[in-house]
Amino acid sequence: MGKATVIPFGPQHPVLPEPLHLDLVVEDERVIEAIPQIGFIHRGLEKLVETRDIHQFIYVAERICGICSFGHSLGYAETIEDLMGVEVPKRAQFIRVILHELSRMHSHLLWMGLAADAFGFESLFMHCWRLRERVLDIFEATTGGRVILSAVCIGGVNRDIDDVMMKAIVDKIESIESEYKEITDTFLKDSSVKSRLVGVGHITQQEAEALCMVGPFGRASNVAYDARMLGRGAYGDLEGFEPILSDEGDCYARCKVRALEVNQSIAIIKELAAKMPHDGIGEKSKLTPAAGAQASSVLEQPRGECYYYARGNGSKNLDRMRMRTPTSQNLAGMVKALEGCDLADVPMIILTIDPCISCSER
Amino acid sequence: MGSFKLGKMTLRSLFKKPETIMYPAQTRYQPEGLKGHILNDIDTCILCGICEKRCPTGAIKVAKKDGTWQIDRFRCVQCGTCVRECPKDSLSMNPNYPAPAPKKSVEVVQKPEPSAEEIAAAQAKEAEKAERIKAALAAKAAREAAASEAQ
Repeated sequence: MGKATVIPFGPQHPVLPEPLHLDLVVEDERVIEAIPQIGFIHRGLEKLVETRDIHQFIYVAERICGICSFGHSLGYAETIEDLMGVEVPKRAQFIRVILHELSRMHSHLLWMGLAADAFGFESLFMHCWRLRERVLDIFEATTGGRVILSAVCIGGVNRDIDDVMMKAIVDKIESIESEYKEITDTFLKDSSVKSRLVGVGHITQQEAEALCMVGPFGRASNVAYDARMLGRGAYGDLEGFEPILSDEGDCYARCKVRALEVNQSIAIIKELAAKMPHDGIGEKSKLTPAAGAQASSVLEQPRGECYYYARGNGSKNLDRMRMRTPTSQNLAGMVKALEGCDLADVPMIILTIDPCISCSER
Repeated sequence: MGSFKLGKMTLRSLFKKPETIMYPAQTRYQPEGLKGHILNDIDTCILCGICEKRCPTGAIKVAKKDGTWQIDRFRCVQCGTCVRECPKDSLSMNPNYPAPAPKKSVEVVQKPEPSAEEIAAAQAKEAEKAERIKAALAAKAAREAAASEAQ
């Protein structure tokens, strides 16, 4: 055994889309400890509830993160609707879930591209992002924005998706299905991909449960929890929902869970598009939250469960808004997965938790 | 298991049109309702200032006294709140993205000076209103006089 050395990793590093710093304690080529440090992009967005009213804060919430942007505006709006007891029409709920599942598809495709780039498969990266572009085109045509959608308002959605457009969405996602299958085959069956992923960064189910891991990172270690199971909004109208699990707990399993979740999202969108009710899209609520009223809700973001808490003070502004994002839950698991791995596998393990640092710092 | 799983897709894309376009010679297809930039039809605008109040970024400033409506395109996030809130529907979302600029600036829209006819029409309206008030006051005085006489 050689002498232990500390190698700094990040905040600027080719595999990291966002700034995360790690002090890697290495002995020879083996990582014996990883000490994470965050706080490079704290923006104080939660404090902004004091100066922006409840309707304006939607636009702040969706700017917490560029990839989970729709999820944050949806989670925030659902919490405020709980706070004021607003009923949302079924059609608005269906549109919200369809947009949310589309954003899950785009987030997972983005992640798969980044993962391919991290293990050096440049053309796979390009093809993943090419398919992601199709999903962004759907967003552009239905909401007018590609990443920041501004589609949700408290009490409903801002823009309706008519039946013609809904059919176009279903056709578009059906057209990418066959190409997507080729990409998943590459991820799951190609020997060169498998040699980088199988057995790397293993986490057992007990460890995953003890470290409260959420999202695809937890489900890859057989933790049967997905906030969509709770059936909030239009998720309750689905025929049935089973979280996608894998019991291998390594980087390959995390890749597999995400790859299959895209197929699941496609199935959910098709099912909801077929059952779309026609009872209006709701309108902006005119209520204000009562003083001292509290509400909390959870939402399954592409990266895992996100928790929202809001407290009203009787005015148009909130007293407190708090979010606990999936990445802040998963960082402990990441540190655990890094213990004992090879230095060359560090980028791969960090990417497979799909870290979203701007979410966790806000 | 196997290798070159992506081979087919890679070979196919050799014979396909590129996914990218030659920007800026070619521009992308713009769907209807794309969030480009906000336009104000100043003729119907009544300078009520609701857009200024609702704007989450404070990009819009309305000065009723000077008759100006101004927008800072660099602060505007194209959320569309002002378009939905406008009571006179003077604001609209244009699907073209704002042009890049070397310097930050504010766009000011001046409400045109009313023409002689418009001034005359407004004055006639005012005069008519004053007339009505005068008539109503006279009627009220007559009613009160009648009531005191009856007592």
